[in-house]
Amino acid sequence: MKLTLKIWRQKNAKAKGEIVEYPLDGIEEDMSFLEMLDVLNEGLINKGDLPVSFDHDCREGICGSCSLYINGEAHGPDRGVPTCQLHMRMFKDGDTIYIEPFRAKAFPVIKDLVVDRSAFDRIQHAGGFVSINTSGKPTDANAIPIPKHDADRAFDAATCIGCGACVASCKNSSAMLFVSAKVSQYALLPQGKVEAADRVLNMVAQMDAEGFGNCTNTGACEVECPKGISLENIARMNREYLSASLKG
Amino acid sequence: MALDSKIPNGPIADKWTNYKDHINLVNPANKRNIDIIVVGTGLAGSSAAATLAELGYNVKTFCFQDSPRRAHSIAAQGGINAAKNYQGDGDSTFRLFYDTVKGGDYRSREANVHRLAEVSVNIIDQCVMQGVPLAREYGGLLDNRSFGGTLVARTFYAKGQTGQQLLLGAYSAMNRQIGRGKIKSYTRHEMQDLVVVDGKARGIIARDLVTGEIERHSAHAVVIASGGYGNVFFLSTYAMGSNATAAWKIHKKGAFFANPCYTQIHPTCIPVSGDHQSKLTLMSESLRNDGRIWVPAKLEDAKSIREGKLKPTQIAEADRDYYLERRYPAFGNLVPRDIASRAAKERCDAGFGVNKTGEAVYLDFAAAIERYGKEQAYVKGLDANDAALITKLGAALVANKYGNLFQMYEKIVDENPYTTPMMIYPAVHYTMGGTWVDYNLQTTIPGCFSIGESNFSDHGANRLGASALMQGLADGYFVLPYTIGDYLAPDIKTGKISTDLPEFIEAEKNVKARIDQFINNNGTHSVDYFHKKLGKIMWNKVGMARNAKGLNEAIVEIAALREEFYKDVKVPGDANSFNQELDKAGRVADFLELGELFAKDALHRNESCGGHFREEYQSEDGEAQRDDENFAYVAAWEYMGKPSEAVLHKEPLVYDNVKLVTRSYK
Repeated sequence: MKLTLKIWRQKNAKAKGEIVEYPLDGIEEDMSFLEMLDVLNEGLINKGDLPVSFDHDCREGICGSCSLYINGEAHGPDRGVPTCQLHMRMFKDGDTIYIEPFRAKAFPVIKDLVVDRSAFDRIQHAGGFVSINTSGKPTDANAIPIPKHDADRAFDAATCIGCGACVASCKNSSAMLFVSAKVSQYALLPQGKVEAADRVLNMVAQMDAEGFGNCTNTGACEVECPKGISLENIARMNREYLSASLKG
Repeated sequence: MALDSKIPNGPIADKWTNYKDHINLVNPANKRNIDIIVVGTGLAGSSAAATLAELGYNVKTFCFQDSPRRAHSIAAQGGINAAKNYQGDGDSTFRLFYDTVKGGDYRSREANVHRLAEVSVNIIDQCVMQGVPLAREYGGLLDNRSFGGTLVARTFYAKGQTGQQLLLGAYSAMNRQIGRGKIKSYTRHEMQDLVVVDGKARGIIARDLVTGEIERHSAHAVVIASGGYGNVFFLSTYAMGSNATAAWKIHKKGAFFANPCYTQIHPTCIPVSGDHQSKLTLMSESLRNDGRIWVPAKLEDAKSIREGKLKPTQIAEADRDYYLERRYPAFGNLVPRDIASRAAKERCDAGFGVNKTGEAVYLDFAAAIERYGKEQAYVKGLDANDAALITKLGAALVANKYGNLFQMYEKIVDENPYTTPMMIYPAVHYTMGGTWVDYNLQTTIPGCFSIGESNFSDHGANRLGASALMQGLADGYFVLPYTIGDYLAPDIKTGKISTDLPEFIEAEKNVKARIDQFINNNGTHSVDYFHKKLGKIMWNKVGMARNAKGLNEAIVEIAALREEFYKDVKVPGDANSFNQELDKAGRVADFLELGELFAKDALHRNESCGGHFREEYQSEDGEAQRDDENFAYVAAWEYMGKPSEAVLHKEPLVYDNVKLVTRSYK
């Protein structure tokens, strides 16, 4: 395959970025999108140019490091996968591909396609946990039966990989899908219920402080989410938030 | 220096309890004056950091990823073992202990393994209380599956994302302490060296990977939880950034490195598709619960399949060789990983491989889909003779169990595993070897501890499935927090460690010099070029089957490649900014040393055991031949300036509770 890549290059957080065009040849269908970028970078290094920086680590769809905005879509044209599991067979010979970083006020660019998503960590610091210390003698794990249906829904919410595609896809740069997934996981389980009210209030407050926008129910986040996190979680978080606010 | 493993006296079942009852403690007020550095935030690092902070210590964590949650423990799929015996199938602490010692081919330390089995039950309790959504049955209780090398179902799981859920649990515990100011989390930071003052580990030199700044961090103890070194093979199921730098730096500062040749080659990975390949993807061992592994029984069928003239579904049942079921009837498809991997290699080497490269075997779910489909038809009162209905019902059940794995396979290979068998081949997955530690998880450098995959302690020569998560969390939540207190008790009056000590200045100077050397080298080849070459040497000569000739060649070739690397590597960009090529250069430089020690260790161990298979030492039917008389010891290597000059120290392995026998899964 022969491709034309148009890639966002930005030297550092303060520099002004621009789209730079790179022709690329010899790409195979079985390559992953990131392996295609490896080929580009190897060529750039050999020519004496600076390679394109991008975040990646596990390359098996679970760590949530990759954060590429490809042809106007977070993680590109395939569904249900992050960029590392996107394969070149989704593209055609001769295609032009635009590659940009995830863009949001709360995700400043560090370099090229690498963004700073530490805002997500700070939201979790505010309440993404159950307050239980490590001890050798907690309650036996089977002492609290949990209906399979609830456990499964909690698991579905907990599969969020924290990549930020929801934020990048949202016209308001809202982090509601991400935050609601964590709130839901705990709200659905008996272990998380004790602190549920404080949790949702604190996490939402931190989310607002980080500069994420609000949700206006477009649903783009759900479509682009590589793990299929459901919009239902946002509805659940709104309910949790409302009832927590009323409790004062 | 004689190795002292510090195993407590007394019967094995009482050692850990007695030990805990008699160690020194640090009172809560004094813990506030003690700083601990934790390098790595996978299961071991994050669980240790959270627990130490809960106890009152001041903790600093370091990870190279942009968030602690992204450490590669997140990618563990299948499950975590615990001797809960919820299934009532006869499991017990002793059985888990026994299975682990046997699974490790009698090359692990009995006392450590028993402790691991003891605390395994606490892990499940702890994680459930944290809100980790482990799989449940319809009655609301926790579900189990079985894994290789065992005859009970003791594996807890969360679909194919167990590592993710457990890591997010430990990360949440960390977050709580970060929110309280007890942990300071340094992300996008990489440890560059250990600082040793008066013989004790007192801090690290770290590089801020965003600004390039070199930083000094002091502490009363340093905990290395940086994972394994499998990326020495370039292609592996490890994350791209997984590296051995922290473990190798402490080795060069005096920590012995144990059993580097014990590497796990996992049998069920997606085969290599071409030269562009950057990493390999694992398909969970849990698939072997229901999938059957086979190759064509006839050479001509295998050839036709490779040429695309025949499809696997066209091969009649009688013409298939379910070679694991044939060779190991008792354990069948659930033999331990080392055995399953070698059996796959044996068939492919004999010409029965089924993909273009000839290096793949089938993992087939057709039988499971039919079995589950029939069961569902009966449960739902539907027609159990309607083949189409049964396939549909069975596929739905299989999707419920393994859906995300099947989806992953389909995305990568572009074939539907519900209708055609998956292709799999072994790949490097885990390293049992690592930093030598005593019973306290302390290395040979006082104050420097090593936990999780980065130490060598619990898995012997082969790790059983679902035991890595168990060990990581056992070390972090339940072992280190006690043992480190015993070390720190005399340190309560030391006060803050100054980062202006000459040892810090010297270490920082060396780190900067090394970085400058890379940046100013102006060579002609990228870091990856050298890494791929190293990987090829390792895979071909130090991989699944090794022999003295190949190992001797590998040692020479790796040393030569290392020399070429320093002469000719090209690292673009500068040292004072975000520079991923520079990050990689440091890691590959360390792999180029570690690889040589790895081969040297494999060459010295004149036996086959677990993941270490020497072709010279095998039985007539191709099974590994252990030599307990001469090799029942831990090989701990001391650094002497070069990997080739490393000095061997032996820790004899004494088995009082398990009889050493030939490992048989027949």
